[in-house]
Amino acid sequence: MTDARPVLTMRGITKRFPGVTALSEVDFRLFPGEVHALMGENGAGKSTLLKVLTGAYTADSGTVELDGAPVHFATPLQAQQAGISTVYQEVNLCTNLSVAENIFIGREPRRFGAVHWRELRRRAAELLARLQIEIDVSADLGTYSLAIQQMVAIARALDVDAKVLVLDEPTSSLDASEVSELFRVMRRAREAGVAIAFVTHFLDQVYEISDRITVLRNGRLVGEYLTADLPQVQLVKAMIGKDLEALERLEEPKEKASAARTQNQRPVVEAVELGRRGSVAPFSIAIHAGEVVGLAGLLGSGRTEVARLLFGADRADHGRILVNGEPVTVRTPRGAIAHNIAFCSENRRTEGLVGELTVRENIILALQAARGWARPIPRRRQDELVAKYISALQINPPDPNLAVRDLSGGNQQKVMLARWLITEPRLLILDEPTRGIDVGAKAEIQRLVVQLADGGMALLFISAELEEVLRLSHKIAILRDRRVVSEIANSEGVDADRIMATIASGAQES
Amino acid sequence: MNELLKRLTGHRLFWPIAILALLLITSAIVSDDFFSITIREGALYGPLINILRYGAVLMLVAVGMTLVIATSGIDLSVGAVVAVSGALACFWISRLDDQNSVGGVLTAVALALGLSVVLGAWNGFLVAGVGIQPIVATLILLVAGRGLAQLITEGQIITVNSAPYATIGTGYLFAFPVSVIIAAAVTALAMLLTRRTALGMLIEAVGGNAEASRLAGIRARRIKVLVYTFSGFCAGVAGLIYSSNVRGADGNNAGLFIELDAILAVVIGGTSLAGGRFTLSGTVVGVLMIQSLTTSIYAMGVPPETSMLFKALVVTAVCLIQSPAFRAKVFGGRRWAARTPRAGEPPGPGAREPGHRVEVRA
Repeated sequence: MTDARPVLTMRGITKRFPGVTALSEVDFRLFPGEVHALMGENGAGKSTLLKVLTGAYTADSGTVELDGAPVHFATPLQAQQAGISTVYQEVNLCTNLSVAENIFIGREPRRFGAVHWRELRRRAAELLARLQIEIDVSADLGTYSLAIQQMVAIARALDVDAKVLVLDEPTSSLDASEVSELFRVMRRAREAGVAIAFVTHFLDQVYEISDRITVLRNGRLVGEYLTADLPQVQLVKAMIGKDLEALERLEEPKEKASAARTQNQRPVVEAVELGRRGSVAPFSIAIHAGEVVGLAGLLGSGRTEVARLLFGADRADHGRILVNGEPVTVRTPRGAIAHNIAFCSENRRTEGLVGELTVRENIILALQAARGWARPIPRRRQDELVAKYISALQINPPDPNLAVRDLSGGNQQKVMLARWLITEPRLLILDEPTRGIDVGAKAEIQRLVVQLADGGMALLFISAELEEVLRLSHKIAILRDRRVVSEIANSEGVDADRIMATIASGAQES
Repeated sequence: MNELLKRLTGHRLFWPIAILALLLITSAIVSDDFFSITIREGALYGPLINILRYGAVLMLVAVGMTLVIATSGIDLSVGAVVAVSGALACFWISRLDDQNSVGGVLTAVALALGLSVVLGAWNGFLVAGVGIQPIVATLILLVAGRGLAQLITEGQIITVNSAPYATIGTGYLFAFPVSVIIAAAVTALAMLLTRRTALGMLIEAVGGNAEASRLAGIRARRIKVLVYTFSGFCAGVAGLIYSSNVRGADGNNAGLFIELDAILAVVIGGTSLAGGRFTLSGTVVGVLMIQSLTTSIYAMGVPPETSMLFKALVVTAVCLIQSPAFRAKVFGGRRWAARTPRAGEPPGPGAREPGHRVEVRA
């Protein structure tokens, strides 16, 4: 494999954005028949490099060679025609078209000038069967899970005889079984000689699937390694540029004295038999000041639905909410905010940030909304607040006037956090706050959760990663099939296995 | 010097203003005395004043339209509201015993504006309350409004002969046409309301991402109802000026197609139809551009039957010149190319210009 000629070589790629050099003299190469993981923290330049590769961005300098010949892609279409196919984080397919149409869009088999539908479906089914995906190809793509959608995108890429397949965080919203399905399909593609560039934030996935790793840091190349030669610790070190100190510090067991913290105290927020038909079955949960309550469960088990009911994002049709023991009506997010409940949605882009507004505007949005439009926050006060949180959360680049869509995922997440922290919430609900962000930022956010709880805030912490929930929570509510099946104190003897067992068995509340 | 030029051309209002200037200069070359302003009986006269005077109606409608578009909506009913407002005012005045009674005229104005506000709120209710797509919701009133105007005037053209009412459209105050003063006042009011309070940012947030705004605690529905209501109010005022100017109500032709000119003015001014960021000053320039174009078409002696086509050509050219991608292609990469942002360069307002965004998704 190593003596083969690279199918793709990028040399000295430099790309600048307003106020930032996203890439500086970066080299990257891909060999046929390998999975090449591109690693780095948020803002390291991974996505930018891939966008240069796929023609979405034009590099300021540097060369790209495909099969030894210099190429220049001005548009994604050109790249695609040259044999570079892409699957973006948010799958780039049309969910309102059928699976078959998605695979052959723009290349439909024709007969007498009209689309030959039967042939189209037959070929689509055949193609998917080769990848051992058995689905109805005439159904709308949107009716299938994100995992299937990703695989359809890969199937399309294979059918156009792609030489290079770019997968930008394909697994970030998939559960474990879906990931292994996806990897199976990726291995098929690799066997077919496709060079796969793969971005993920899950280290174990890198070691499971990749053959080679390129690490970027702050827009610069750190190095290219064979996966087998690079121990995990070294990889993380290369990515964050310092020792694992930051991570290890978090590993120290949290103060478990917290159980005492909550005793004989009225919960800050308590849900009593709260539920909504078709969303989540009635559940009861109490969250105390200084307490982190974790929600564990598989994807689709109702974790987010619980959060949305508590925040009034969805209207409950059952039960009630008590704040400091008093019954309150929380029928809208606005109502929840009035009782100092805050909610960071898992979908930063669609439910969190307003992309074209600046970092400053996004940070003050919730506070301003609560004050009403007629009482604007004085500009000086805004600048103070924003500057304070930009430095406290280390938002990078530290420019309050940058449009928030130009920030990397981790920094966008910090902007979301800043938005809620300035409202000084009593209960902060964090739905997947560490998803799709790098180890460094992840550690920072986890540390922040601990700090906030120590400062007396109540937190509801949702994550697909059990380890994370276990590490941070004092109490864990376990969900299965849109029902809270168990609530356990996170004391000695509680570990991922036990929680998994509860999820698997669906044991009722004891 | 070079730096200054770059800053200047990078400003989001540079191209609209440059094109407006070009239009005015062309008009001046074609027709003599274009820039001449004379004072007669303490009032200003001249082609430029006429542009302002005839532009007042469009200005009002476009200001309301800007805020609606910023919430990623659109208001197609403004022309119909112009007609309804004029019809009701003229109908009321025509039934007065003394058409010159100031009290009667004020009542007529209040009634017309009241109805316009109700119609605007109706649009807002359909869009925000019922959840109908804005283009469909306001299309309802576009059709029904003309019918309502016809109903009020009983299908006739009502003419009025009222000195106080005529003042609105043709009178002068401190040497300036009253209509221009009204339009300027409403525009200033809108600017103050949106930029001196947090309203502008909240509107932009709702237009930029409605769901995120709701989850941030913004009463998105209320804001939408507010902007449609304001748009109705603006169209109502415009209807008064229009009908006062022609001294009568014509349910068929008052404000016909004005929604299209208004949308055009908003877009030329630099507010994206997708919603979000809006600029009222851009809209003002856009309105002046369209109005001077309309005026100079007459001045240049373009035959009426081809004037629409001529206008379309100029507007197309204007849109192309404003597109950074087009400028880069035609005038060659370096000088006018969409400024490839440089490291360390503060992202000025220019960076927000829609055309500057390089975001292509495969």
